[in-house]
Amino acid sequence: MVKLIANTPCGDLLPRAIGTVSLDEVIVDQITFVAPFNGQQKAVSDALKAAIGIGFPAPNRCIGTGPRAMWCGMGQALVMGASCPDLAAQCVDQSDAWAIVKVHGVDAAAVLARLTPLDLRASEFKRGHTARTLIGHMTGGITRSGAQSFEVMVMRSMAATLVHELTQAAENMHGRETSLR
Amino acid sequence: MRVAGKGLNAHGAPVTFTFDGTTFEGREGDTLAAALLANDVRLVGRSFKYHRPRGILTAGSEEPNALVTMGTDAAQDPNIRATTQEIYDGLAARSQNAWPSLNRDVMAVNDLLSPFLSAGFYYKTFMWPKSFWEKVYEPIIRRAAGLGALSGATNEDTYEKAFAHCDVLIIGAGPAGLMAALTAARSGADVILADEDSQMGGRLLAETYDVDGQAGADWAAGIVEDLRGMANVRLMTRTTVTGAYDQGTYGALELVNHHRTPNAAVPRECFWRIVAKRSILCAGALERPIAFPNNDRPGIMTAGAVRTYLNRWGVAPGKSVTVFANNDDAHRTAVDLVDAGVTVAGVIDSRADAPQFGDYPVFKSGLVIATKGRLCLESITVQHSGGTRDIRTDCLAMSGGWNPTVHLTCHMNGRPTWDDYILSFVPTDGSIPGMSVAGAASGVFSTHGCLESGIKIAREVVLELGLTAGDIDMPSADDSAYRIEPLWQVEGKGRKWLDFQNDVHVKDINLAAQENFRSVEHMKRYTTQGMATDQGKNSNVSALAVLADATGRGIPETGTTTFRPPYVPVSIGAMGAGAQGHGFAPERHMTSHHATLDRGAPMIEAGLWYRPSYFPKTGETTWLESCNREVNMVRNTVGICDVSTLGKIDIQGPDAAAFLDFVYCNTFLTLKENRVRYGLMLREDGYVMDDGTTARLGPNQYVMTTTTAAAGQVMKHLDWVSQALRPDLDVRFGSVTEQWAQFAVAGPKSRDLLNSILDQGIDGESWPFMACGDVQISGVAGRLFRISFSGEHAYEIAVPSRYGASLFRQLCAQAEAMGGGVYGMEALNVLRIEKGFITHSEIHGRVNAADIGFGRMVSQKKDCIGNTASQRPDVVGGEREQLVGLKPIDPKGKLTAGAHLFVDGADAVRVNDQGYVTSVCYSPTLGHDLALGFLLDGHNRHGETVQLVDHLRGVETVCEVCHPVFLDPDNTRAKETSNG
Repeated sequence: MVKLIANTPCGDLLPRAIGTVSLDEVIVDQITFVAPFNGQQKAVSDALKAAIGIGFPAPNRCIGTGPRAMWCGMGQALVMGASCPDLAAQCVDQSDAWAIVKVHGVDAAAVLARLTPLDLRASEFKRGHTARTLIGHMTGGITRSGAQSFEVMVMRSMAATLVHELTQAAENMHGRETSLR
Repeated sequence: MRVAGKGLNAHGAPVTFTFDGTTFEGREGDTLAAALLANDVRLVGRSFKYHRPRGILTAGSEEPNALVTMGTDAAQDPNIRATTQEIYDGLAARSQNAWPSLNRDVMAVNDLLSPFLSAGFYYKTFMWPKSFWEKVYEPIIRRAAGLGALSGATNEDTYEKAFAHCDVLIIGAGPAGLMAALTAARSGADVILADEDSQMGGRLLAETYDVDGQAGADWAAGIVEDLRGMANVRLMTRTTVTGAYDQGTYGALELVNHHRTPNAAVPRECFWRIVAKRSILCAGALERPIAFPNNDRPGIMTAGAVRTYLNRWGVAPGKSVTVFANNDDAHRTAVDLVDAGVTVAGVIDSRADAPQFGDYPVFKSGLVIATKGRLCLESITVQHSGGTRDIRTDCLAMSGGWNPTVHLTCHMNGRPTWDDYILSFVPTDGSIPGMSVAGAASGVFSTHGCLESGIKIAREVVLELGLTAGDIDMPSADDSAYRIEPLWQVEGKGRKWLDFQNDVHVKDINLAAQENFRSVEHMKRYTTQGMATDQGKNSNVSALAVLADATGRGIPETGTTTFRPPYVPVSIGAMGAGAQGHGFAPERHMTSHHATLDRGAPMIEAGLWYRPSYFPKTGETTWLESCNREVNMVRNTVGICDVSTLGKIDIQGPDAAAFLDFVYCNTFLTLKENRVRYGLMLREDGYVMDDGTTARLGPNQYVMTTTTAAAGQVMKHLDWVSQALRPDLDVRFGSVTEQWAQFAVAGPKSRDLLNSILDQGIDGESWPFMACGDVQISGVAGRLFRISFSGEHAYEIAVPSRYGASLFRQLCAQAEAMGGGVYGMEALNVLRIEKGFITHSEIHGRVNAADIGFGRMVSQKKDCIGNTASQRPDVVGGEREQLVGLKPIDPKGKLTAGAHLFVDGADAVRVNDQGYVTSVCYSPTLGHDLALGFLLDGHNRHGETVQLVDHLRGVETVCEVCHPVFLDPDNTRAKETSNG
């Protein structure tokens, strides 16, 4: 009888701490891609609210703290951290499809500014804001989770490249700062 | 030499550096140029073409002469401007373009030959024989001419790229820039202030003006401190804004670690892309030289540069200095030198009414008509209202006036406007959307004017941004008028240099005009004026004034050449930071990646994916050996292959089946639940786009597979079809490529293997060919598809990716225990060619369904994308190249991909071409090479003999044309249903 062992996308590549920034893998046990069928967005939002307490997110928004709903494209959202109820929507399990890394620390925004063209200034990109964007050469998403915290997500298969890019950017920042001392 | 007590860095610590191997001492804060002048080093380089001795001309990034190379081996960094490079302990700089040494440069013989080497010389002379240009002439000329060189080795230095965002970007931190920044910041705007210098203040650091009762440099330092204390201000020193692009995007180069000992942990440079709602260009002005005979000797500098060296770094560039100018501003050089106790041997002013501001001789209506001194200026000959005389001088400070730094305003095709008052070009309003111009860059030259213009423009900008303009007191400052008279060239014997970097002189421009290269753009190409690292910053305006004169036009009519980004040289290392080597593209790894590497499999790239080529076993010496073993293994026992890279798209909705019928040319409406069907997708032009299988998982749920290569394209296509063509269909799709790790289990023993790992076994009756459904593996919900790309009795098993690595190891172990094992892309390819299965080698974009023998798959019972177009006469009628199989008549015959097909006996030339080969392999099953290819009317030519010719590899093989399915044409293996 076989026994299957689960691995996380980043595996032993994380956690890492470089200068003022820490890189930690975010493990979300359940992620469901939800795309409401024609004319069903409100019904889907209501059903979600009834089931897990949060509705369907507006564009570029991520709502909720326990279970979350993260916008991820036109008429598309990811329901994270809760099982998804039956909805008038396409519901697809993507729990294993994403590599998610939390970038945290004083220089978190500066590190990401080395990889993404997004305007991450606190006045423009607030807690709960999310965007699809480029991270280096990868397409992915960035969500602000705190004053000095962001979650970066890319396709699972690109986890190693994501860790490499974030590490290099953080090392560059750290190198700049230590060289100023 | 140093002037005691002078210079902003008068108390700087000593710094030791070398130039061409000689050790010198400078002061902290010096540029390399300042430190060399402090040590009386005048000769710093050799000119591009004639190898003439050259010295430092300027004190900024516009420097054409004083270019040095730093670093060695892979880190060799050429064409660094000594005028901006700050010194640090251990800095080692080398001169360029001189051999064996700077003082005795053999190639200076070119200068003696200069009468023969004028503009256009090469084009006229080296024309015959034609082939000699590239092979003989050009290499020789390139070796003789040139600037610094790269090492040719891969550079391992760290470079960086980054983005920044702000409300207002202020370019340049001189008096205008500082006031603009302060005004914008006090109004609450997010401000980035970028300046290319190590210290902010611009000309205030180089002049002796007072601002608000303080020394200009002290006042600037105070403002910078104020700005530094504001949370909404970001100060970026050593950062040159290099380009203005669409939608408020600016490129900028930050020299992060050029001024310190190189350190791999610190990026050397950072290339910024700054996005700003508004920008204010406060880039100042550049002083232009005067074209007089032999005006290029070391020791002849711009007048403003001489002041900069004196006032900022306490360096007098000569013991007895002369000044040659056509404007009042240059007199300040004499005033400052006299004040510092340096001898001023005279100010030669071309104007009859030249002023006198201090205790120095003034030669009115004066012109410098000759200079002497081989490696350094020794004397000049002056013609003036009182006659002609020689003056001994080792430094001549020249000024033909100042040119506003309009470059960035021209980066989006704007043309500057001629201003008769300052005799130069000023920016044209609105040249860059969102950009305003203030200070000297706008043609305002007094300190007072610059400060005032910075405030005024910034107030306008913040009001446009909807902010309330903060109150700023206007500091008091000098407001002298800028008085200038035209002076573009001085007659006399000897070459009158315009472009020092490219060795272009007045006669070259005249020659261009004479030979009818009268447009300024033609003149530039003919003479090379304005090219290379300084991009003509010192010479453009003067050169076109000379051209205007030679062609009898005014300067405004003559116009300028186009200024393009980057404003200063940007290393490719910075622009491509992070993208060197493997950084070029992201790597997509399958869940079996580590296990695959552990087995020693060489990886091949398939799109971004890394896939194993083959899995070598001990004793195997070639890839073919491994591949043959893997093929036999699948044909005889069982093989495992990670096929997760294929695109997987989940499709759901009440109209999912109708949608599939629209995107696939064959029918899906009739596909039953828990069954899989092969599908062919056409483009709108009727040609084949992609193929794959689609499984029906539930009443309204399907999962489509695409080829690895076309996964993104197909997803985009589905989006397009759904949003633009059939929004009436209620269907949604999402990628599950990454969600599922999927493995092919192929071979006669595949079911046995699966039954050893599945929680509940399967049999032939309940799992016939093309069945699919849910399965459990140690409690994990997975999916099983009975499909085959090898022609064998085969399955693909999928589990959530977190279990992929684990399942792969289990499958491999089980397979090996059963006499099978894991196989790679090479074997996969052989298996599919033996079965005549197509890939994108065959469906390469120029074939339709009929060409590959799938014409009847295009269902006429429904409409689909490409249906109509696929029935065009040119698609269905006439002779087309059709998919065939090819076997060598002689079993040892070699078949090669890319070879072309000819009627046996015909000449192997283009007009006789009958087709081509798309895929080949050696088939261990059949014992000879096999090929798939396209042959004219191929479907009707099975059994014929054709000649395969590969001109590139020198292969000629006689082949038999056959059906593309070489093995098991009835598919009995894949359809096997026994339960034995």
